Amino acid sequence: MQAAEPAWEVRSSARVVPPARPRKLAKVPFVELADGRLQGVVSSGSDIERVYVSSFSAGDHSFSCSTNNNRPCGGLGGYPCKHLHSLMDEAVVQYGADRVARYLRVEVDDEVSSGADLLRRMSGAAERTPAATVFSRFLGHLAYLEQPGSHEPVTELHWFPATGSTSSGVAR
Amino acid sequence: MIAAQRLTQEVGGVAQTLDLVSGFDEALVHGFGRLGEQRQAALSALAGAFAATPLGDRLAEASGKVAAGSVSEDHLAVLAGGRSALLGAVHDALLSHLDEALGRSRMPWEVRAAAGSEAANLLAGARAWLTELAITGWRGVDHDLVSAAGQVIETLLAEPELRRLAVLLDGFAGELRACCPVAAQPQVPVRRWADLWSRAMLLAQPGFLRTASGGPISGRFLPLGVDVHEHPTAVQAQVHGLLEAGPGAPRLVRASVSAGKVDTITGPAVWRLLRGHPALLAALAEHRSLDLTGMTLLDSGDLLWEDTRAAAGEPADPFATARVQLAAAVAAPVPPLDRHPVRIAEPVLLEGYTTAAEGGACTLALGGHPLAVDVERLPSCGPLTPELVAGSSAMLGLLRWDAGRWLVQPLAVQATVKRKPITVHTGDWAMGPTDPKAAKAEAAAGDAVAVLRERAGRLLRR
Repeated sequence: MQAAEPAWEVRSSARVVPPARPRKLAKVPFVELADGRLQGVVSSGSDIERVYVSSFSAGDHSFSCSTNNNRPCGGLGGYPCKHLHSLMDEAVVQYGADRVARYLRVEVDDEVSSGADLLRRMSGAAERTPAATVFSRFLGHLAYLEQPGSHEPVTELHWFPATGSTSSGVAR
Repeated sequence: MIAAQRLTQEVGGVAQTLDLVSGFDEALVHGFGRLGEQRQAALSALAGAFAATPLGDRLAEASGKVAAGSVSEDHLAVLAGGRSALLGAVHDALLSHLDEALGRSRMPWEVRAAAGSEAANLLAGARAWLTELAITGWRGVDHDLVSAAGQVIETLLAEPELRRLAVLLDGFAGELRACCPVAAQPQVPVRRWADLWSRAMLLAQPGFLRTASGGPISGRFLPLGVDVHEHPTAVQAQVHGLLEAGPGAPRLVRASVSAGKVDTITGPAVWRLLRGHPALLAALAEHRSLDLTGMTLLDSGDLLWEDTRAAAGEPADPFATARVQLAAAVAAPVPPLDRHPVRIAEPVLLEGYTTAAEGGACTLALGGHPLAVDVERLPSCGPLTPELVAGSSAMLGLLRWDAGRWLVQPLAVQATVKRKPITVHTGDWAMGPTDPKAAKAEAAAGDAVAVLRERAGRLLRR
């Protein structure tokens, strides 16, 4: 007989990160959990050429919002502006509330399911972080779609199976 | 017909060899910068396994120096080579065991000069980052260390010859990023991350990344099914099929097409990124053969797909292809540097089994012998679900091996749903979903590609 399911730690194809969940991108084209922040890019509601760069820091939950040219967001006072609310809402759609809470180190209970729920449990202050880093990460993100494809076998991708048709949850 | 019993037998030497590999992997958990006595002993045991081989001296020196606290890039590369050689041996033992169980013949590997040179100077940055990572260990990985990979990956992505390394590092760094700070994680994927690190260290050695040799072929390509690979910024469709070219038995070959993507493009929308290969995608969606003219076939059995060299052929049901021809087909050899158990993906036709589904898991019973189904490897871009697999009576799949056991990854099943026989393939939606609900969801997600392209057009070129 075969042994019981082997431990996750000894599997080469162990699943580590659940795939991002699909969401509409028109309002918030870019969201990521990186550099110790939830950060992203929010399209301006009034000017198609303008985007806002918004972020929350993990741990102290300080937040920031400015245009990609580093002009402060007019809606930002002592509380997160509408761009930051949108960023949080879309992050919850993309990653799930649990993963966002874990990354930002927000104390949560079972009742947290939306971005608004998470924001109610955070009490950071506005703190300017430079928009340039996040904006250039967004441009790098977009550049993936401009990359030429390839017809040479990428053996290494055997470690990265496409998943998602299963409802059997993630390893952790 | 598969000798299913053979797949429940242990393959001699595999467990012992993996124990040596584990010694190395543990060192990466805590970092080569702080090896305890136990982990030093594990490394010298790994080196000792090569004592009578040409690698013996270099591995003994590397493990000795590293144990003495002198952790250099070169020593780490030698150790990564040793680890990979062990896993290569495991791969070889497993694959020949599998070939016997399947009654499959395989062409021998012939050493031929490979073409290609690469921008060696760009590799140094990758090696430096990997060295720092190894010294630190997974438990010490923080945001700064992960972010340092960004520049390296960006540089590599700009050089098509180095794309494989870039794709690997990007997937790897993405996992590290998502787990940051790793010290706070309850557990780490020990084998997996050591695999990815070692593979990257080898790909970053000058001369490693080369295009294999091959030659032009013409003939009929009969797809069996498609295996989809995906991480946040890359997608690859690897089509397994039979090639009829000239007299003799058909050959088992693969066609692999890949593209860059972003994490928010998922599900059936990923096919949109591969639309540069319309003949291949149409053959998957419509279950057709393809007539190839002068397409390059590498010695590894990989077709370098050029859509203009493929013409749509007759309808060809993959199950019929497999029933008639798969048993006699000749498999291609695996290039030595690609030998790792994770690379084993051998097409099989399974029939006359019963299924047992429990929780999220599914197991087939083949003539009384159990074979686990890798239900995690069912992609969201296709219509094949765990429920269909559990209700199936015939399956086209890939035999894989991971962590001590064989698994079958379904590529297509024949099942009975509401008393009607149906056939479902992972590639059925290659030209767009055929199911109305999925089509609607895809239309919404399809906007993602358009929205991002619009944003890219507006913001990238300023």
